[in-house]
Amino acid sequence: MFAYTIKRLIQMVVVLWAVSVIVFLMMSFTGDPVFMVIPIDSSEAEIEQARRILGLDRSLTEQYFIFLGNLLQGDFGTSYVFRQPAIDLILERLPATLEIVVVAMVIATTIAIPLGVYAGANPGRPLSRLIMSGSLLGISLPGFWVGMMLIYFFAVEWRIFPSSGRGDTVEVFGVPTSLLTADGWSHVLLPAITLSVGTLAILLRITRAGMMEVSRQDYMKFARAKGVSRRGVLYGHGLRNGLIPVVTIFGLQLGDLIAFATITETIFGWPGMGKLLVDSIYRADRPVIVVYLMLVALIFVVINFLIDILYTMIDPRITVK
Amino acid sequence: MTMQSESRDPLLSVRDLRTWFHTFSGVVKAVNDVSFDLAQGEIMGLVGESGGGKSVVGFSILGLIDPPGRIEGGQILLDGEDLAKASEDRLRKIRGREIAMIFQDPMTSLNPVHTIGRQMDEMLRLHTDMDEAARRKRCIEMLESVGISQAEDRLRAYPHQFSGGMRQRVVIAIAMLAHPRLIIADEPTTALDVTIQSQILKLMKRQVADHGASMILVTHDLAVVSEVVDKITVLYCGQVVERGDVRDVISAPSHPYTRGLIDSIPNPDHRQPRLSQIPGTVPDIRNLPKGCNFRDRCPRAQALCAQEEPKLSPTRQSLFAACHFPIGTGGDA
Repeated sequence: MFAYTIKRLIQMVVVLWAVSVIVFLMMSFTGDPVFMVIPIDSSEAEIEQARRILGLDRSLTEQYFIFLGNLLQGDFGTSYVFRQPAIDLILERLPATLEIVVVAMVIATTIAIPLGVYAGANPGRPLSRLIMSGSLLGISLPGFWVGMMLIYFFAVEWRIFPSSGRGDTVEVFGVPTSLLTADGWSHVLLPAITLSVGTLAILLRITRAGMMEVSRQDYMKFARAKGVSRRGVLYGHGLRNGLIPVVTIFGLQLGDLIAFATITETIFGWPGMGKLLVDSIYRADRPVIVVYLMLVALIFVVINFLIDILYTMIDPRITVK
Repeated sequence: MTMQSESRDPLLSVRDLRTWFHTFSGVVKAVNDVSFDLAQGEIMGLVGESGGGKSVVGFSILGLIDPPGRIEGGQILLDGEDLAKASEDRLRKIRGREIAMIFQDPMTSLNPVHTIGRQMDEMLRLHTDMDEAARRKRCIEMLESVGISQAEDRLRAYPHQFSGGMRQRVVIAIAMLAHPRLIIADEPTTALDVTIQSQILKLMKRQVADHGASMILVTHDLAVVSEVVDKITVLYCGQVVERGDVRDVISAPSHPYTRGLIDSIPNPDHRQPRLSQIPGTVPDIRNLPKGCNFRDRCPRAQALCAQEEPKLSPTRQSLFAACHFPIGTGGDA
């Protein structure tokens, strides 16, 4: 276990380094950030001066090593646009994003698993067919369209929920959260539902596939021969055996939603970090993009690490090495 | 219809059982008008080739036939209660408690993600009102009685940490936990090493005797059966073709199919140049010919066999056979 953790830590450092190099290279092709930060009628001298201040007058290699040196001292760079540390910009938006992502994942999982188990255990039934058709719809519908429909009905027509923004927040251990106020929840629900649709559909289909596979196993019939109820057989004996692929997809989806909830956040005016990423890409704000993508890589590595640990808890035959 | 005389009231009495599977390509009459009796303490071998409907009989008794299969008719009387008509709730109380099942492959019949202890405990939780300590004690005793040492530690182990033979011992222990009156063992030794097979059979026989239970041993292997059972029922194409006491069936069967099965067992005492076999294959069960189902493979077949289906009737000693020209009734080789 210890050796495994060390191995994963080394792997993480390598991944983060690779991401930083790639982002640096890519950004050098996408235009000169100087023109994004100076007034359009600036003189040649002013442009040169801005370039020097931003450190853009040096070669790309030099810039990269300065960035790396600063990084090792805990300085993640400063946004060209906001003139604030990039990491602070991201971290102050992270809780808002996590909030809707967590709610979305809870919604997706609590609906997808029972429906997937049902559809997998009773493949021929009309209700199962309905569930499966519904899940196809869920996969095909674009998130922005779902979001707009939700806004149209719940915010415009029926006026049940607000259409955008984040509601009242309460600080818990210095982190603002809107999950402890009624107003907060009324703002959270629509974007969270929008985010959950695709994940729900995918998790449902994976759960169903797993249950169909598991239903054929002898131990399911042996459990029934012991007198276990049908429900007990499905959830007590079946589900855990079909859970490995579900957990895998859960982890990937979780990372994906945290990192790229961009569109949903834009539609609902949600002050999360996805919106920051889009804005930074438009403005060629390289320091923010680099740190953002490194943070995303870090999140994925950590989630995958936790998923690996979870595997060993689900299936005793799996060990980490 | 004549029935085999029983000295005791039967524990299980299967009458004209029909279990059919409605598949896209036709109705598979996997079990068709099968009848037999099983007395308390008796062990019966249910024998036949693969696809002969043996396992389906076992699953029918437990009410574990899944669609497209269905019990179409007949009675399964356990102490006079018809299980073919019992509700799912009632069946659930019978499964494990009254009738336990042992499966073919111990590698797959235990749940890989639960400990042995949990899988044993589940049986007692479902069927007894023992407290946790008592259940644990009983599980340990049971494991020891099937020959598993360090039973206390083994409760915490997972199935993959056991060998095949040990797993089948665990399965037997689980089956015996709630003191069932009937054990249905579906090819319990087929997946095991030859060296282990005989051990497991003896263990099962001893366990069944210790608990005063009855057992149906489903197998394709007559050699296995003859060591353990009291009587034999031979199935062919979902129908009983012969039944009788084990000694009579093995020493001098009256149905040519049973004869063929016995002749296919290698015999070290009489070295044959080639092992004999039954010619041909089992006919397509969805489309059975008129008359005797075995006639195309039968050395004794005559014109009558193609016209009329033979009925199960007494031949010699304890034997009943469904054959127009049973062996030992004159004119045979």
